[in-house]
Amino acid sequence: MIGRISSINGPVVGCVDTTGFRLREMVLVGHKRLIGEIIEIKSQGATLQVYEETEGLQLDEPVYPTGKPLHVRLAPGILGHIYDGIQRPLDVIKQQAGDFLSEGIGLMSIDETTVWSPDFIVQEGDQVSPGQIYATLQETRLIEHRLMIPPGVSGRIKAIHRAPATITEEIMVIETESGDRSITMELIWPVRQPRPLKERLAISQPLQTGQRVIDMFFPIGKGGTAAIPGGFGTGKTITQHQIAKWSDADIIVYIGCGERGNEMTDVLEQFRELEDPQSAHKLIERTILIANTSNMPVAAREASIYTGITLAEYYRDMGYHVAIMADSTSRWAEALREISGRLEEIPAEEGYPAYLVSRLAEFYERAGYGLTYSGKEASVTIIGAVSPAGGDFSEPVTENTRRYINAFLALDRKLAYSRHYPAIDWMTSYSGYAGLLERWYEERLGENIAPLRQRMLALLHEESSLREIVQLVGEDVLPDSQRLTLAVARLLRIGYLQQNAFHPVDVYVPLEKQLLMLQRIDQFHRRAQAALAAGVPVDQATDPKLMEELTKMKYDIPNDNLRAFTDLAQRIDQTFDQLERSYRRLHERV
Amino acid sequence: MKEYRGIQSARGPLVFLEPKTGVQNGEIVELRDETGLRRARVIRLEPDHLVAQVFEGTSGIERDDVYVRYTGDHFKLELSPDILGRTFSGVGQPIDMDGSFFGEVRRDINGRPINPMSREYPRNYIHTGISAIDSLMTLIRGQKLPIFSGAGLPHREIAAQIVAQARLKDQTESFAVVFGAIGITQDDAFFFMNYFNENQVSDHLVSYFNYAQDPVSERVMTPRCALCAAEYLAFDLGMNVLVVLLDITSYCEGLREISSSREEVPSRKGFPGYLYSDLASLYERAGILADRPGSITLLPILTMPGDDITHPIPDLTGYITEGQIVLSRSLHRAGIYPPIDVLPSLSRLMKDGIGEGYTREDHADLSNQLFSAYAKVGDARNLAQVIGRDDLSPIDQTYLDFGDAFEQRFLSQSATESRSLDKSFAIGWEILKILPLSEMDRLSPERIRRFLER
Repeated sequence: MIGRISSINGPVVGCVDTTGFRLREMVLVGHKRLIGEIIEIKSQGATLQVYEETEGLQLDEPVYPTGKPLHVRLAPGILGHIYDGIQRPLDVIKQQAGDFLSEGIGLMSIDETTVWSPDFIVQEGDQVSPGQIYATLQETRLIEHRLMIPPGVSGRIKAIHRAPATITEEIMVIETESGDRSITMELIWPVRQPRPLKERLAISQPLQTGQRVIDMFFPIGKGGTAAIPGGFGTGKTITQHQIAKWSDADIIVYIGCGERGNEMTDVLEQFRELEDPQSAHKLIERTILIANTSNMPVAAREASIYTGITLAEYYRDMGYHVAIMADSTSRWAEALREISGRLEEIPAEEGYPAYLVSRLAEFYERAGYGLTYSGKEASVTIIGAVSPAGGDFSEPVTENTRRYINAFLALDRKLAYSRHYPAIDWMTSYSGYAGLLERWYEERLGENIAPLRQRMLALLHEESSLREIVQLVGEDVLPDSQRLTLAVARLLRIGYLQQNAFHPVDVYVPLEKQLLMLQRIDQFHRRAQAALAAGVPVDQATDPKLMEELTKMKYDIPNDNLRAFTDLAQRIDQTFDQLERSYRRLHERV
Repeated sequence: MKEYRGIQSARGPLVFLEPKTGVQNGEIVELRDETGLRRARVIRLEPDHLVAQVFEGTSGIERDDVYVRYTGDHFKLELSPDILGRTFSGVGQPIDMDGSFFGEVRRDINGRPINPMSREYPRNYIHTGISAIDSLMTLIRGQKLPIFSGAGLPHREIAAQIVAQARLKDQTESFAVVFGAIGITQDDAFFFMNYFNENQVSDHLVSYFNYAQDPVSERVMTPRCALCAAEYLAFDLGMNVLVVLLDITSYCEGLREISSSREEVPSRKGFPGYLYSDLASLYERAGILADRPGSITLLPILTMPGDDITHPIPDLTGYITEGQIVLSRSLHRAGIYPPIDVLPSLSRLMKDGIGEGYTREDHADLSNQLFSAYAKVGDARNLAQVIGRDDLSPIDQTYLDFGDAFEQRFLSQSATESRSLDKSFAIGWEILKILPLSEMDRLSPERIRRFLER
């Protein structure tokens, strides 16, 4: 049955004669066969959202059902490419349509012509069950693709075709209770339906990002959820880029959702250049990019988040730790708002639909750490940027996101204006994973870092209340102990929390160095406190040469020469020993 | 083409028409009555009516005594290389003394989004001759960098100065400026036209003027006409194009007016929920294509209502553009021109488009050090207000001196002075000498030796 267009309002199109159309079914709209999705079934007709520009569409044009929900194709060949919001490869679109996007280019997905040679790890006669890995192949030099038995298929392997094949060719036949099933490398999966995990497990290891303020103060758990809210210019995108480049996830899915075109070009260029620190292969080989820039059709922006998370879950099911960056979830929420407005739904806060909350919850709940049906431990970590209107964190998207995430890395405009990057505000950020990961850190680093972290945060909090006084009366009138607090807090801010994303040494810092640096600052603080107690004045205790050495240790001590920290520790002790000795002598003389 | 008689109703800039088969979404409709011809664009189709937005305004329209003709065409702009030197209305009609205009090509003013795969990451810069911009927030070719101003601040003068002075480093490359004036007053328009004439920039300039009294439907077309012309100059003719749009605030208010007459659900401050997407459809047209010569650099100018940077217009703009140039009322009151508030200003693409091969190898260091030093001036000034200048520590006192020199010698320049990079940099290094060498926290010893040892 073919439907007929009855109304057009931006990306929202009404349709009649829709007998047999299903909710969430993908449809082809008009003579140009634009791609759309049914979002409402009414007593007469249906409403659909169109993923392409609707200009030029006419009333009474046909609407063709496809019988399938909005879906992605899962098969080798996904990695290393850049897609639009509905998994159409932008490089193929460029070849077909040129430099500018046009509508009606039709459905297309991953490459069907590449020939792959899977190594089978099962044999004829084996019993197989859904999710089981039956063959592997090298998708990129960095990532092994693991082919899994599709859901709902279990039985005995009847035949295996060992010849190289494309993703649409039969490579195996399985004898099931309901007859023989032909198996190809590809699998269709509806994007709005989460792929199941066999068992969810507790989060027990961090996503190591190499960023000091995150790893040591506000860690993100593998399989966890984090939000990075911040006004414009506070560095959300740079922070996301840093995590995408340097974190120890196996696979990165980067969704540019309603953001800048030049940024996606930047990511693409950089990821083709930069090397994975472990294997020296290019980062792009472990990356999937999804780009729906702010001027691309708004409905596809809504879909891009689901496309991204579904691809992430697919690689998770193979046993990989996948991290997904959504930049920015606010643009996705705005897409919901725009569609909702066109549907004339009753708005809740600030024009957002009432279901914003449940959609956010559904999205973040797709993160998790668990056991896959292939019997491996794997995870999906979601890191969502939030762009609050006016930089105000009390707006609906930030507020509601907060309820479903466990690490909140708040970016602060004042820090950004003073060029303190990453501008993660230690006063308002938090991470629920710090406690969960305590044991992991202890095993890895040989000591419980919680007390150290606590001391440092307390120091920063004390500084912030002291600064209010300093602004009024100047620093000189404070007692020595408080002036020391200010000096050490400054050292911590500049020498530790600030991290230079464009400096070859500082761009990524291993955990061991992160800890050693923090310990040296702590050692300095304690020795200086003791020195003050022994009568040393604060100007002497905060020896400028030593302070400078500590401020620059992030640049001067290479990441692979951690022995230098032992020397530094000795120098700190010597300096203070000497100071205390000379003051003791002075006192004795008096 | 068949003509129909009569409309269903009219409200604000909108008319409601009988639905007819074959009418396209976005199609142009002509409405003719005894007062003349109006054009409208179909923006919504329903089973029992069509909604069209009238460009020339609806006042005086009558329900039955009007003839409606569907053109089957979209809103297109006439273009040819001869647009350079010409002045058009906000919807592309010539309004200068050079007579009518016939294009070689006709282009849909809405354009099409650039495929992110086709973009080239912007590098290289455009020289504006304004020290603060060139040194501290360099305008990069292919960038979109807005100016956030306020009512009564001299953004008009700055815009004119940039139009007159902007040039590329390599002067053999072709360069053009597209000026889009959106909802400006007659006085302002007069100022600009005069300025452009006096400064003899018109040979590489094309302007689109939409006046404050023009209908709002035209207002929302003006930036699209300007950008459509820019795309033609850049990607058909291979020119490097700078587009100056002023004032985006008027544009957004026009959009709000239309949205409210469409009875749409408003979001913040009555602006439609799609304001972000709509602004993005303008700003994202800036850029460079990897496989073609030419570039579009966009300099939109907006006035922040109540000087409030969190107002939806500057806020959403800031989220889309690659940085911002913020003007300061207090600097303006202190008589500094151009009153650029350096600290909240930022050019995101600057890091990749300056330095050796583009500007000068010491550029990044100088700019970092000036930022860092000027950031400390504010604290010293606050403290001086409380405890008095004399009680400040000696180092804070030098920072006060540095702050004054920064504003009066570096920021400040005349509205007709086009400073060379070398001169801007020389002033920058010169004023840094006010501070002791121990305060140079962003410079390497070699840099200090070369530029600061006296």
